[in-house]
Amino acid sequence: MLTSLFSIALGAVLVENFIFNKFLGICPFLGVSKKVETASGMGMAVTFTMTIASAITWLIQHFILDRFGLGFMQTVVFILVIASLVQFIEMALQKMMPALYSSLGIYLPLITTNCAVLGVALLNIQNDYNFIQSIVYGFTAAIGFTLAIVLFASVRERLEYSDIPKSFEGLPIALVSASLMAIAFMGFSGLKVI
Amino acid sequence: MAKNFKVGEMFKSGILTNNPVLVQTLGMCPTLATTSSVENGLGMGVSAMVVLIASNVVISLLRRVIPKKIRIAAYIVIIAGFVTMIDLLLKAYVPALSKSLGLFIPLIVVNCIILGRAEAYASKKTVGASFFDGLTMGLGFTFALFIIATVREIFGSGTFLGHEVFGPAFEPASIIGMAPGGFLVLGIIVAVIQIIQRKKKEKKEGNA
Repeated sequence: MLTSLFSIALGAVLVENFIFNKFLGICPFLGVSKKVETASGMGMAVTFTMTIASAITWLIQHFILDRFGLGFMQTVVFILVIASLVQFIEMALQKMMPALYSSLGIYLPLITTNCAVLGVALLNIQNDYNFIQSIVYGFTAAIGFTLAIVLFASVRERLEYSDIPKSFEGLPIALVSASLMAIAFMGFSGLKVI
Repeated sequence: MAKNFKVGEMFKSGILTNNPVLVQTLGMCPTLATTSSVENGLGMGVSAMVVLIASNVVISLLRRVIPKKIRIAAYIVIIAGFVTMIDLLLKAYVPALSKSLGLFIPLIVVNCIILGRAEAYASKKTVGASFFDGLTMGLGFTFALFIIATVREIFGSGTFLGHEVFGPAFEPASIIGMAPGGFLVLGIIVAVIQIIQRKKKEKKEGNA
């Protein structure tokens, strides 16, 4: 049991990193990675949402959709659940943890259209994970996302001060750096817990 | 209905000057994930275009009915409905394509191009204009995916739509077809576009 959880975690963080291997969550990865501070804020907000979303969508799939034969409604139901969950988290944080809210607040609405959240919910079902595995997968995949975006933001902070060809300024050089980081992450492929 | 939009101009804007992927850099996830082969790229482009046109038309029809406060949720439900239809249609008629696109078909729901057009265009304009907006933006998306996929398939596996291009002596650089190649090719294409834009601007300033 523990080994399977560990292997899920290892896979989600390093081997099949959401950004560099699965291409999920690229929009925030490119959009909010100009500073390490905002990147880690985004990472934390995503981690929070993805973990809770994994748990809730798993419960809905198994206790509502499967039970009543409504599997075809999966996409519609999941995206609605995620959208309302994000709203709910926003309100709850505002009430209970205003300090955390003021640092994460602006990222929360962006998360609704982050494909990593819907992606992880669908992958949990596709991979036939059980409840605990789903939560672990959601949490660790988000950790992988955070790792990628924070590393990338530190690279981009350096890029600000370096001399780059004019046509590569902005997005192109960011994409090329992401490509090099993806090559580095390919080094983890084959890492497995036996 | 008075024609308050120019179709020709919209085509030019959607495909070239305001291309959703290459100029506005929206919808990056499917762009990178499905362009390892031309077939997948076109499949993704066309599926997203169909959803975009349908959702644009429906949202434009309902633009006076949907309350302002919950409009985003309403748009998402409409889009998700069409995505489910496309998903089921692909599964029934082209199961191979549906399998290779996999997760990215349901993920069309969170493609920011579609929600972006709904919010910025379809919720304010007439049905006809929204239809053409969906068509041109969808074509622009498909066009961008086609270009990226062509480069990646030719260099990454030496083929174009499954046909060999260079003959058996060509050693494909398989990394272009893998994840890092996606970032690299997109980066270089965006850089080329920036060169063209800068040249155009310089020319304009030179004339003035």
